[in-house]
Amino acid sequence: MSLSSRLANAFRPDRLNRDIEEELASHLEEAIEQGRDPVEARRAMGRTAQHQQQSHDIHVIAWLESLRNDLIFGWRQLKAHKITSLAAILSLALAIGACTSAFRLIDALFLRPLPVAHADRLYVLSRKGIGFDNNPGEWNSWAYPLFQQMRDAAKDQADLIAVSYVDRTDITYKTDQEMEKANLQYVSGSMFDIFGLHPALGRLLTANDDRTPGAAPYAVISYDYWTRRFARDPHVIGRMVRIGDDIFQIVGVSEKKFTGTEPGTFIDIFVPTMMYRAVNRSDTTWISTLVVLQPGVATEPLRLKLAAISHAFEANRLKGETGLSQETLKNVLSNEFLMTPAPNGASGMQRTYGQALAALGALVLMVLLIACANVANLMTAQAAARAREMALRVSIGAGRRRLVQMVLVESGILALLASIGGALFAWWSAPFVISLINPPDFPLRLALPADWRVLAFGITVTMGVVLLFGLLPALRASSVQPASVLKGGDDPHSRRRVMQTMVAAQVAFCFLVLFIAGLFVATFQRLSNQPLGFSPDRLLVLTTTSRHAQPQVYWDQIADHLRAMPGVERVAQSGWELMSGSSWNDSISLNGGSPSTDLAYFLSISPGWLDTMKIPLLAGRDFRNSDAYPNVAIVNQTFARKFLNDEHPVGRFFEKASDHGTRDRMQVLGVVPDSYYSDVHSPILPVVYVPLHYIDASGRMLPLDKETFIVRTTSSNPLALASTLRQEVPRVRAEFHVSNIRTQQKIDQAQTVRERLLAMLAFFFGAVALLLAAIGLYGVLNYSLLQRERELGIRLALGARAAHIARQVTTGIVSAVLLGGVIGASLGAVSTRWIASLLYQVKPTDPAMLLLPAIIILASAALAAVPAVLRALHIDPAAMLRAE
Amino acid sequence: MPKLDTLQGSLDLLVLKILSRRPRTHGYAIMAAIQETSGDVLRAEEGSLYPALRRMEEDGWIRAEWITKDNGRRARIYELTAAGKKQLAAEESRWQAVTSAVNRILRTV
Repeated sequence: MSLSSRLANAFRPDRLNRDIEEELASHLEEAIEQGRDPVEARRAMGRTAQHQQQSHDIHVIAWLESLRNDLIFGWRQLKAHKITSLAAILSLALAIGACTSAFRLIDALFLRPLPVAHADRLYVLSRKGIGFDNNPGEWNSWAYPLFQQMRDAAKDQADLIAVSYVDRTDITYKTDQEMEKANLQYVSGSMFDIFGLHPALGRLLTANDDRTPGAAPYAVISYDYWTRRFARDPHVIGRMVRIGDDIFQIVGVSEKKFTGTEPGTFIDIFVPTMMYRAVNRSDTTWISTLVVLQPGVATEPLRLKLAAISHAFEANRLKGETGLSQETLKNVLSNEFLMTPAPNGASGMQRTYGQALAALGALVLMVLLIACANVANLMTAQAAARAREMALRVSIGAGRRRLVQMVLVESGILALLASIGGALFAWWSAPFVISLINPPDFPLRLALPADWRVLAFGITVTMGVVLLFGLLPALRASSVQPASVLKGGDDPHSRRRVMQTMVAAQVAFCFLVLFIAGLFVATFQRLSNQPLGFSPDRLLVLTTTSRHAQPQVYWDQIADHLRAMPGVERVAQSGWELMSGSSWNDSISLNGGSPSTDLAYFLSISPGWLDTMKIPLLAGRDFRNSDAYPNVAIVNQTFARKFLNDEHPVGRFFEKASDHGTRDRMQVLGVVPDSYYSDVHSPILPVVYVPLHYIDASGRMLPLDKETFIVRTTSSNPLALASTLRQEVPRVRAEFHVSNIRTQQKIDQAQTVRERLLAMLAFFFGAVALLLAAIGLYGVLNYSLLQRERELGIRLALGARAAHIARQVTTGIVSAVLLGGVIGASLGAVSTRWIASLLYQVKPTDPAMLLLPAIIILASAALAAVPAVLRALHIDPAAMLRAE
Repeated sequence: MPKLDTLQGSLDLLVLKILSRRPRTHGYAIMAAIQETSGDVLRAEEGSLYPALRRMEEDGWIRAEWITKDNGRRARIYELTAAGKKQLAAEESRWQAVTSAVNRILRTV
C-alpha cells in the first residue's frame, strides 16, 4: 500500500472504518449462511470494535491520526492560556528572528559563495607586516605593473584578475551641471569570462578591451544599476557617460546575479583597468588581485612563486629610495606574502564588521537560549498544573510515547507560530541593520536573498528550539507516576530544581549579555565624547571639483562669494576635511639628516582655516595670503614633541622627505593643539598644516581640480544652507561643481558607525535579555508559591513571621540567581578576549563594568520577586484551607 | 481434543498456503478452510485473522479486491502476490525445519 494512501487514511479514518466494518459484516452473513448459529456467530464477532481498532492501527501510520488529535488538543491548550502563550511566542519570535537576522547578515557577508564560476578556487593576494607608516597591518592593494608580472608568471596555473577599489564618483550622461554619483570599478577585461558571466544585454568586457592604456573606453553597467537608473531601457547600449575627463560608451549590462566581488558594495559601472590614468605607475597601488586557481594546482608553490616576483619588484622599485628610512625599507621588504581563500569575495566591510557581527550573533544566540529556558519553565509549570490530567491519561492506558508526543506537539505549535513571527522580524531587521551602517554618501548595500539557506537555518533553529524547551517537560510529563499524583503527592521539589537550574542559566546568559552590552555602550560613549581638538558645530563641508585644474585665484573667488552670503559666518578652504579618512604622509628629516621611520601627516589649509575650525594658536601666527607651500608650516603639539623635541618650535626648520626623492624645507610659523586627523580610533598623529597655495620648483602657483570649502554657518542647522550653497558655487564660475555637501558632525559620526551599531543592538538585546530573565524569574517564583500555598498557609496559621515566609519563598531562587551571576561573570571574563579589538578605552577588567550588570540583575530579580513574596504574605490560611 | 487456536506464528503460513491453493478467497472461506482442512483441530479466530490479512496486505504478500457476489453483496477477496509466493516458500521451509527439529527431540529424549 502506498505511502500516499496511508497518509490519506490517516486523515480519512471514517472511510477506512467503514471499509473494515463492511468486510466484517459480510463475514458474519457468510457465517450465518453457512449454517452457523447466528447468536454464536455474532458473539464471535462481538469484539468487532476491537478488531476494527487493531486492523486500523496496523493499517495506517497510527501516530498520524494521533498527531492530528494532538494538534487540535495542543492548540486548545495554547488558547486556554492566552497570555502566557502569547508571551512565550513573542519572546521566542524575537529571539528566533534576531538569530535568523544575524545569520542572514553573516551569511551574506562571509558564508555565501560569490555567484561566479569557480568561487571555490578563488583566492585574494595580500601583504602583511609593518607598513610604510611604521604600523603593523595587512594590505591588499597592488601596483598594476606588478600585477601584470604576476599574471604572466602564473599563466599556466591560475587566472589573475585585477579589480580596483570601488570609487563613488561623479559621472554625467549630459552636461557638467548634471553630475550624479555612481560606484565605479576598474576591472580586468578578462574577469567576466573567467567568472563565467553572461551579458543581460549587449556584450561584456573582454581581455581585448584591456591590452593598451586608454584604448578601450567601454563600460559595462550592472543589472541593478540598469534597473535603478535606466528602468531597464534597452536603448542604454551605446550611451555615452563621462567619468572624470574620459568619455565611455556603454556596451552591455552584466548578469543579474553578479553585483561585484566585494560583499557590501554594489558596483554600478565596470570599466577596463587599462583606462585608469596611473595604470603604468609602479608606485601607485590601487587594485586588489584575485586569483582563480586551475583545478588541481597546489597553492603553496604558486604563492612562493608570486611572492618572489613581488619581492623582486618592490626591491627594484625601492632601490635608491632616499625619502624613507632604512628601517622602513627593511620592514616593507620583509612583509609576508599571503594568498587567502576568498570564495565569498573580499571586501572592507568583511574586515570592518566581521568581528562585530560575530559578537552580535553570539549575543542573539544567548537571548535565544534565555527565551528557550523561559518557555521550558513555562511548559514545566503548565505540565505541573496538568500532572493530574497526565496521571489520568497514564492510568487509563495512554502510552508514554503518546504523552511525550502530546507535549512535543504543543511545543511544536508554539515554535511554529514563533518562527513565523521570527521570519517576519528577520525579514525586516536584517536590511534595517544594514541601513544603520550606511556611511554618508557611500550607500552600503548587501544582497540579502531569503533563499533555502536562510530557510534551512530558520528550520534548524526552530527544531533545535522545540527540542531545547519541549523535550524536558515532555519527558517529565511521561515519567509521571499515576498513583503518586492522583494521591496528590507528586514531588514538587524536583520540578522546582529543574526550574531553578533554568533560572541560573538564564541569569548567567543575561549577565553575559548585559556585561558585553555595557562594554559596547561604554566604548561608544568614550568614542563619541572624545574631544576631537576642533569644533564641528555648525560646520558645512563642501567637497568641490572642477573638470580641469583651476587657478587658485578662482577658488579664492568662490570662497569670497560664499563669505558674503547671508547666514555664513566664516569660510575657509582645505585640501580635504579632517576625519574624512584621507591622508597624506611623508618622512621628516632635520638639517639634511636621514628620513624618520615614523611619518608626519599633512593637510593643506587656507588662511583662516584654523579660526573656522576653532583650533587656537598656541604660539606663532596663522598663514597669510602671501604664504605658500613649501616654505612654511604650522605644526601640532605631537609633531613638535616628536620631531622638534618641543624646544621653541616656532622659527625652526625641518624637511619633508617625499619618496620621489625631493626634500622640501619648511619653517615652523605656528604651533596648534593636537586634534584628530583621520581616525578617532588611532592615536593622535603628528600633523603639519601647509598653505593651500602651492608653488612648484619653477616658481609657478599650481592650479587644483579639487578643494574643500569649510563653512561655519550662523544657524544651528547648517544643512538648511546646503542647497543654496550648492547652487551658488557654479554661479561664480560654471566649471565648478559641488560634488558632496555634508556637515562636519555627520563626517565625525561616520567614524563611530560600527560602535554605535554595536552599542544600540547590544543595548536592545541586553534589555530583551533582562526582560525575559525577569519574566522567567517571576514565573518560577509564582509557580513555587502555588505549589506551596498549603504549606505556607499552615506556617502562617501557626504564627510564622513575615521575614521567615519571604525567605522560604525566595531562598532557592536567590541561590540560583547568585550562581548564575557568578557563572555569567566568569563567562564574561573569558569572552572579552574575543571582543577586545572592538573596544575603545574600556577595560573589561574594570570592576565597574562587572558591577553594573550585577546590580541591574539583582535589582530586577528583587523586583520580580516582590509580587510573589507579597502574595505569600497575604495568604489567608483560613480561606486556603477551606478551599482544600 | 480441544479445538486449538492456530499455533503461535503459523497463521500467516496457513493463510498463505490456502490462498496459493485457492486464490481469490474471502476471509470467511479462509477461516472455514483452516478449520475444515485441519479436521476441525485448528481454527482461526476472526480477531486474529482480519488483522493478519491487513498486515500481510500492507507487507505486500497478498492483495485484496472488492467483488460483488451473485447475491448482490460485496465481498473482499484475497490472492497471493509474487512476494507472497516467495514468503510462503520461506515460511514453509522454516516450518518444516522447526517441526522436524521438534520431532527429533520428542523421539530422542
